[in-house]
Amino acid sequence: MSFGKKLNVVGRRLRKVDGLQKATGAAVYADDIKLPRMLHCKILRSPHAHARIKRIDFSRCLEHPGVVAVLEGKEIPTRYGVIPWTPDEQALAADKARFVGDEVAAVAAEDELAAEEALELIDVEYEVLPPLIDPAEALREQRIKIHEGSKQGNISKHVELSFGDVAAGFDRCAAIADETFYYEGSTHTPIEPHCAIGNYDADGNLTVWSSTQIPHYVHRELSRVLELPEARVRVIQPFLGGAFGGKSDPFSLEFVVAKLSMKTGRPVKCLFTREEVFWAHRGRHPMKMRFKVGLSETGRIESVDSKILIDGGAYSSFGLVTAYYAGQLLTGPYQFGAYHFDSTRVFTNKPPCGPKRGHGSVQPRFAFEVALDMAAEKLGLDPIEVRRRNFIGENVKTINGQLITSNGFLRCLDLVEKASGWKERKGKLGFGRGLGVAGSMYISGTAYPVYPNEMPQAGIQVKLDRSGKVTIFSGASDIGQGSNSVPAYLIAEEIGCDPRDCLVVVSDTDLTPVDLGAYSSRVTFMLGIACVEAGRKLWAQISAAVAEKWGVEAARIEGSLGTIFVPETALSMSFKEAVRLAEAKFGTLGATGSYRTEKLGGDYRGGTIGASPAYSFTAHAVEVQVDPETGIWTVERVWAAHDCGKALNPTLVEGQIEGSVYMGYAEAAMEEMTYLPSGLHRGPSLLDYRIPTSLDTPELTAMIVESGDPKGPYGAKEAGEGPLHPVIPAISNAIHDAVGIWLTELPFHPGKLLRLLREKDKPRAPVPPVEERISAAGESRA
Amino acid sequence: MLGRPQKILISLDLNGQRYELAVEPRSTLLEAIRYAAGLTGSKQGCDKGDCGACTVLSNGAPILSCISLAVEHQGDRITTIEGLAHGGKVHPVQDAFDLCGALQCGFCQSGMMISAAALLERNPKPTREQIKEALSGNLCRCTGYTKILEAVEVASGQRQLAELDPRPTTGSPA
Repeated sequence: MSFGKKLNVVGRRLRKVDGLQKATGAAVYADDIKLPRMLHCKILRSPHAHARIKRIDFSRCLEHPGVVAVLEGKEIPTRYGVIPWTPDEQALAADKARFVGDEVAAVAAEDELAAEEALELIDVEYEVLPPLIDPAEALREQRIKIHEGSKQGNISKHVELSFGDVAAGFDRCAAIADETFYYEGSTHTPIEPHCAIGNYDADGNLTVWSSTQIPHYVHRELSRVLELPEARVRVIQPFLGGAFGGKSDPFSLEFVVAKLSMKTGRPVKCLFTREEVFWAHRGRHPMKMRFKVGLSETGRIESVDSKILIDGGAYSSFGLVTAYYAGQLLTGPYQFGAYHFDSTRVFTNKPPCGPKRGHGSVQPRFAFEVALDMAAEKLGLDPIEVRRRNFIGENVKTINGQLITSNGFLRCLDLVEKASGWKERKGKLGFGRGLGVAGSMYISGTAYPVYPNEMPQAGIQVKLDRSGKVTIFSGASDIGQGSNSVPAYLIAEEIGCDPRDCLVVVSDTDLTPVDLGAYSSRVTFMLGIACVEAGRKLWAQISAAVAEKWGVEAARIEGSLGTIFVPETALSMSFKEAVRLAEAKFGTLGATGSYRTEKLGGDYRGGTIGASPAYSFTAHAVEVQVDPETGIWTVERVWAAHDCGKALNPTLVEGQIEGSVYMGYAEAAMEEMTYLPSGLHRGPSLLDYRIPTSLDTPELTAMIVESGDPKGPYGAKEAGEGPLHPVIPAISNAIHDAVGIWLTELPFHPGKLLRLLREKDKPRAPVPPVEERISAAGESRA
Repeated sequence: MLGRPQKILISLDLNGQRYELAVEPRSTLLEAIRYAAGLTGSKQGCDKGDCGACTVLSNGAPILSCISLAVEHQGDRITTIEGLAHGGKVHPVQDAFDLCGALQCGFCQSGMMISAAALLERNPKPTREQIKEALSGNLCRCTGYTKILEAVEVASGQRQLAELDPRPTTGSPA
């Protein structure tokens, strides 16, 4: 949409509307909020991975100086969950604790220290149950159930879908890679810990300020769990200190501060410690994946088959979607001849996994892109060439029925090929140095709106008046990606005002239209479309009023950065004057815009999951240096080319690519959520759970490809999650190029690399069936 | 609160202003700054000295205020992010961070900018490696550090951005 027009704002490297607020420390995040008479809350967590809660005795706790109120699960027993089909969480566990760190009781006190001290005075009687830590064991186990209501053992969700004849496809193959992969769990670690403040006022209105990336779902669930009308609940998302999917569930603390405020009549704050952020988790699911990828003689992908065991942790979270995404998002940028996947998410007694950046698809993408290289190698095919040959194209349906519109993947491949010097250097760097490549595809929002409804997924309201000020009300959640700025850019582009004259009022359920939240890379795409619609309505009025004044056709009038004019004439006025004319002609001015969910997806159960109005595409090339003596590998450089459709602000798009590559590299290099056999996290701190510093992070080159999507706002698609995927398999492929071994388990610890190097020349044992391997791998891990 | 040790009065030069703060003996400097003085620009990310979001300058040197006791800073000159701007103008580091898109969520950046400003104070033209070294105690989860390193290079006059917004800055100057 909107091609051919000269752009004044879109595509420019403008500053963010709130950048200097952040630069000066003025931006207010949740923990910066302090209300009069505010109490502080702390949550007691289970020391057991699996235990029935027999009795909670608060009598000693209530005597502690400063304690004002306590709370236990049976006072707010309603089960909730971000997906309405799987409500299995309670604000405080009323019957059972399901992981070490599960929330059991809460205290509100005059200050944080008093609340902390009081936690130790709560006496909980537990009946300790055997914990299920290993997912393969949880899958086998029939007697012990983590959720008594589960229909089948400890299975959270099982999905099996088949497209085409996979067996016949493999029969036609000239080369097949059949390998088992393991993707370790990791967590988001936003630098801001979760924080919420609840205030139930004397008039019966509840306000919750929360570091959430889904104010709308929190609003719905607060209303349901607390039994308050939605019209009496207000959720405000202040500035948010990072999220990456880690703040896209309703969390215990939001319900607890609300309920404690209702009990005490005072505002209540809860701030998680860093350790509690690790318990809250919702991070990357560990996956054990068997992948079989077959290529024809010419390198065509004839058949792909996967069997995936997903470790879900203790609760559902988005798990229903995860089980689908593990298969549904793999069917581009390459054409598959036939495809079958079977994914099973199981419950275990560990912190719940959820949607970390690249939800559900980062893990199978890793496995597939490495398996593709393995098969291509057997045919003597260059890794870039095999990816080119299988390019799915534009305006085409994937094998699972998803509609791809624009597709700049070939240009991404060209760019990384050129930038990395691939043709001249690949295979010629000598032992210990190598180049690798990988590709990926990701969604720009989803046609599946979490709860079925016919209402818009995103909305915008714009108010403007004779002052020339443009006030934009946006429900979108800025988690750092810049969605506070996008409405100012797009409305300014549409109506000719200066973006600095736009005030963007954001993420407050009382003030701003509904937006479903910052997940699925949906925000810029959907919010953007709503902005363009609202902007066009206003421009129709402004240009009509000015046209009348000047006696020219409205279509000849243009606006740019605060000036309204007719090109190649002397006719010109300020934006403010133009608004005054429009206000005089039409009365009070305002407009709305919406993004409505398109009917998309395959015609089968689950066919809408993974269906997106547009898909982004990415290719990465990576150069590595491996020390064969120590197994230590380093990334010399990452070249990341991403097709985002159109960069509304190239600086912000590059920031998304760079942040994604960093996070993917981190998962490949060092991050792992690992537990003791008891279910206790091995190191829930930023010292023990290592994340890369400025010294660890490789140099990278971000390159933007603009395929101009026909549906996206000004052609834009997503940029925040897609670019995370390819770096991980590209590193594995580069290490193979460097030293000839395949790394199939994350993270790529030097010790693993060294072991494989030493085993390289030994003959390989035959591959046992997948269940056996999964089980063996699980036991050795625990 | 009952049973607690009595609060101690400390005097700080906070961003050029004298503050008298009553703090508990156990209070960290970060708690004193954020909760007693009400300067919330310095952030708490881990409360154990791992992330660097709480970095402030104490007598010109960057320190982790979450693992420093407030009472140990009696009389010290403390600079927080709120004190980096001077004479109604933001510090070159703040301006460059905004210009370069180094501020995504912004939460780690108060500490990051303090570390960067301290680096430029002692080394006005640092190399990229020196910048990485100086900022390695400040974890950022959004940016992959790329734009942060560029911003420090811009702030030190060693890099010009290829395409700049030619107009004056957005937002209100501090």
